[in-house]
Amino acid sequence: MSKKSYERPLIRKLETGMPGKFGLRNDLTPATHIDNIPVAELVENFGSPLFVISEQTIVQTFNKAKRAFTTRYPRVQFAWSYKTNYMDAVCRIFHREGSWAEVVSGFEYEKALRNGVDGKKIIFNGPEKSREDLTKAIRNDSLIHIDHLDELYELVELSGELGIKPRVAIRVNMDTGIYPQWDRFGFNLENGQAWDAINKIVHSGKMELTGLHCHIGTFILSAGAYGIAASKLALLAIDIRNKFNINLKYLDLGGGFASRNTLKGSYLPGPDINPGFEDYAEAISSSLHNSGFSTEELPLLILETGRALIDEAGYMISTVIGNKRLASGSRSTIIDAGVNLLFTSFWYDHKVMPAQPFSLYREETLICGPLCMNIDIIRNSVSLPMLKKGDRLVIFNTGAYNMTQWMQFITMRPAIVLISSEGTVNLIRRKEDNDTLANQEVVPAYLSK
Amino acid sequence: MNDKLIKDIAISESGLIFNPVTGESYSVNPQGIGILNKLREGSSLSEIKELLVSEYEVEPETAERDTLDFLNLLRQFKLTTTHGS
Repeated sequence: MSKKSYERPLIRKLETGMPGKFGLRNDLTPATHIDNIPVAELVENFGSPLFVISEQTIVQTFNKAKRAFTTRYPRVQFAWSYKTNYMDAVCRIFHREGSWAEVVSGFEYEKALRNGVDGKKIIFNGPEKSREDLTKAIRNDSLIHIDHLDELYELVELSGELGIKPRVAIRVNMDTGIYPQWDRFGFNLENGQAWDAINKIVHSGKMELTGLHCHIGTFILSAGAYGIAASKLALLAIDIRNKFNINLKYLDLGGGFASRNTLKGSYLPGPDINPGFEDYAEAISSSLHNSGFSTEELPLLILETGRALIDEAGYMISTVIGNKRLASGSRSTIIDAGVNLLFTSFWYDHKVMPAQPFSLYREETLICGPLCMNIDIIRNSVSLPMLKKGDRLVIFNTGAYNMTQWMQFITMRPAIVLISSEGTVNLIRRKEDNDTLANQEVVPAYLSK
Repeated sequence: MNDKLIKDIAISESGLIFNPVTGESYSVNPQGIGILNKLREGSSLSEIKELLVSEYEVEPETAERDTLDFLNLLRQFKLTTTHGS
């Protein structure tokens, strides 16, 4: 007689407290495949942990966003936010789908050029742009978004030296009713800094004021804040037209749209409460339509959303290293992916699902990474089936920021694969090994004997 | 191991456990029911391990480790008493 499949013995106390106001559905489907590719096969071929990106999800999400905005506003342009995920393969998918590039450093600017983006379609944001970076951006006729007055003065000087009139915008920060109000970047609208910068740009005669930019925050759960931002930018643009007779070409509302992730401390899951593209699109487009532009004058609406476009397309596959019982009696499962790779686990309660079939029995589990650090916690408490050493876990919605903010710390950074829309699996970043690090280090001669 | 299940614990076939002393209820998976029944019979750790290994696809080491963990939980829930060392 064949033996039954094993699951470790479990006993769970039945609590009979007040039921929650909202019943949450338990997701009981194991994540055995990602885009029809078996998780086991991916690990066998590329190791664990492993980041997986789904091209199909990128395209679907992008189309959803595009549809939400283009059906509500006639002139829309997306610019791919490089810092969110600047794997070349990912950037090239967004560019192929029609996105420009939005970069915030000389490194990212170079990456965009190497990815074949026309310099005219690169938006150069960020507080740090070196003289060399600005020179390159001016020569390539890129859209330079000025962050502070020192940069403005440098641009006046450079454009004089080069004899080229750069296309510029200013980054405007403002009160949109949300907390915290981001005022670190750009020029404040309410205290007159923005007008000061605009006057200086126009009066210099050295630059072409082309647009206005704002980026009100990150993971903004109130679509209405974008409506306020769009209204204020539109009013400023109309005032600029009235004062200088300059019709701005575009308004750039930046990024900051929430993805489907669940923020830590949120009572309800992200997919149930986070605004969708339609909500943001409705708020922004309504404000622009109501702002006093004639149909012919409506400026191009640029969007630099990153997180909401890529988060869902990213998966992290991880392997159980071991289980232990903590002093409190709760269960802890150690996996081979830590917070150095999953930076976003500081912000989100990531959805976690075993990659193999499981029974209905579950236990509250603390998921820790492999780092010898107390902060290395992927999930503080998640109801999971019994996991054993060697089991695989799939961590969802990891496409944004992890592959750019990850750290080589204690362990090496893993490989990244892309599953194409046709279903082929492509390695897009090799996993690091000891040589990767050793190549960067120099041992002084007196220590190498 | 000298864990003894406390008296009058009710164990249903579907895995519902009731402790009439405290009024508390617990749910247990099939592997856990097997262990509880063995404990009631006064079985030793090695007998429990044998039961798991003979019935399930599991290595003896894993069965022993998991059983010890399970027994710890039972002690924490005060469902067993320990005699001797």
